[in-house]
Amino acid sequence: MAQGVLIFAEQVDGNFRKVAYEAVSEGRRQADTLGEAVTAVVLGSGVDGIAGELGKYGADKILVGDDPALADYTTDAYTNVLFDIVKDNDPGILLLGASSQGKDLSARLAARLGVGLAMDCIALKLDGEKLIATRPVYGGKVLAEVALEGIPRMIAIRPNVMEIVEVTKAGDVEKIDVNPGAVKTRVMEKRLEAASKIDLTEADVIVSGGRGMGGPDFSVIEELAEVLGGTIGASRSAVDEGWRPHSDQVGQTGKVVSPNLYIACGISGAIQHLAGMGSSKYVVAINKDPEAPIFKKADYGIVEDLFDAVPAITAELKKRL
Amino acid sequence: MDIVVLLKQVPDTETLIQIADDKASIRTEDVKWIINPYDEFAVEEALRIKEKNGGKVTILTMGPARAVESIRTALAMGADEGVLIDDPATEGSDALGTARVLVAALKETGFDLIIAGQRALDNDGYQVPAAVAELLGIGQVSMVVKDEVADGKIRCESTVEGGTVVIEAGLPALFTTQKGINEPRYASLPGIMKAKKKPLTKKNLADLGVDPSEVGEAQAKCRVKNLFFPPERSPGKIIEGETVGAKTAELVRLLREEAKVI
Ligand SMILES: Cc1cc2nc3c(=O)[nH]c(=O)nc-3n(C[C@H](O)[C@H](O)[C@H](O)COP(=O)(O)OP(=O)(O)OC[C@H]3O[C@@H](n4cnc5c(N)ncnc54)[C@H](O)[C@@H]3O)c2cc1C
Ligand SMILES: Nc1ncnc2c1ncn2[C@@H]1O[C@H](COP(=O)(O)O)[C@@H](O)[C@H]1O
Repeated sequence: MAQGVLIFAEQVDGNFRKVAYEAVSEGRRQADTLGEAVTAVVLGSGVDGIAGELGKYGADKILVGDDPALADYTTDAYTNVLFDIVKDNDPGILLLGASSQGKDLSARLAARLGVGLAMDCIALKLDGEKLIATRPVYGGKVLAEVALEGIPRMIAIRPNVMEIVEVTKAGDVEKIDVNPGAVKTRVMEKRLEAASKIDLTEADVIVSGGRGMGGPDFSVIEELAEVLGGTIGASRSAVDEGWRPHSDQVGQTGKVVSPNLYIACGISGAIQHLAGMGSSKYVVAINKDPEAPIFKKADYGIVEDLFDAVPAITAELKKRL
Repeated sequence: MDIVVLLKQVPDTETLIQIADDKASIRTEDVKWIINPYDEFAVEEALRIKEKNGGKVTILTMGPARAVESIRTALAMGADEGVLIDDPATEGSDALGTARVLVAALKETGFDLIIAGQRALDNDGYQVPAAVAELLGIGQVSMVVKDEVADGKIRCESTVEGGTVVIEAGLPALFTTQKGINEPRYASLPGIMKAKKKPLTKKNLADLGVDPSEVGEAQAKCRVKNLFFPPERSPGKIIEGETVGAKTAELVRLLREEAKVI
């Protein structure tokens, strides 16, 4: 009978994504409720060294598929290998992180397994035998509780939402043979920013600018982000004006983010923007219009010109450091 | 070059969403419907590829009768043909059920390239395109901001955390759109007139030879049990103060001592 929780722990160039730790921690919580074991899977090339790390978050066993053909993520190779692992291990639950790669992989794998997949989930609970996943729909205007049928039950979790918990344990690392099989896509080139830059979807602090920035000079925001160790975001208006790259856009047609702190500067708070940042833990709004809708969604608001208020916040933070 | 765009009609992103009495669906009475914005990018991209490489653009939708409006809009933008699969038995299909129906239709229309949205802005599923590619056994590339077709291959820039990855796939292949790929054109008046004469076929499951027990609510493996509204954020505190400095000092204090986020 299918048993245990299997977790696909995503690594990129030898570093686990934060969501990998979140998935293992969440898997541990579910497995404890069921009294079952947690097995994590790491795929890549030259990844033996990092695999053991997952024990710290509660993996009893860590399966490592190390193969040059897995050095770069391709949908086919990863789906082929993970499919075999699922067949061999017969888990009751399969967890992945809903990163760009995780979404691509989980959707393909679910179709191959012929099972249901709950994508981009923010909560999981076991109701007896039933696994109920909560996921935002309609751009987060509504939350849906979905039930999964078919084994394994597949869940992709939204990055930055589930809590990371460390345990005092070490997992057993086991190398496995993999067969990446035929691959229909080829990675020609990777154009990635320095690994030190935190992606919006994983950031704890985001400082975003909107049309109120008035132009491409985002230096006041950059300085605030810098003292907070945060990442820069933008509204669609700021992106459409060409002030910021598309990859900075937060919202329904941009990134969905869940930081601890989201500071919206010169952003009115249109419903499509709220769809991207509504699940932030704390929201601060700085806008010179006291009627701006963003204030209704903010925990703290300051009605001021952002070019006065933002540097003042930066100065205040520097003072207290 | 036969290009098929998978297009879904969804509620306007401005629409106030109301939960229906069954608590598992939304009320559709007062909803304004639009082309899923990511699918609009897909239509535009298909037209650009056709303009460069020649060929035909077909719009494929599974949905209720009202979805014809969205297909017409795509035809007015310049697509050549539309296919609507409208069958009550498809209601409640999950991603795999939807993909089975779309794949049956794709096998009839033929395809060299399939373009879909990365996600539909109703269920935010991110799943149907991958399921379609899997059932067809073709390559997929997700969240594409740039693409080029040459020599029976497509080269795409796929967005990932922190940048892009350039991926090449032999045709036939499927890719999904990401914001930034293009600015969709508007349907022109002559375009709207011409669209009225373009072929728009309606089909049901029997026409496609799809077994109704393979799709729809009964077969779905991922089912919505309950819809509810997220808890309202408690009305925010507007920070008062004599000067900008007083307000910002108070904000920093609150973030440290009350929210404890910095
Ligand atoms: C299908 C669709 C999808 C969309 N997707 C997205 C999306 O993903 N993300 C997104 O953000 N939007 C999206 N939008 C657009 C959205 O509707 C809004 O147009 C957009 O969010 C507005 O951006 P903004 O708040 O920066 O600009 P505005 O609405 O113009 O607001 C600017 C604000 O800045 C304030 N301001 C101006 N100067 C100053 C100053 N010096 N100091 C302080 N405050 C100042 C003003 O009072 C105003 O409130 C989408 C729209 C559609 C139709
Ligand atoms: N009923 C449908 N008819 C046609 N295309 C669809 C349908 N459902 C989903 N799609 C396509 O799949 C994409 C992603 O949808 P989803 O997986 O539901 O988020 C959409 O942007 C469409 O391109």
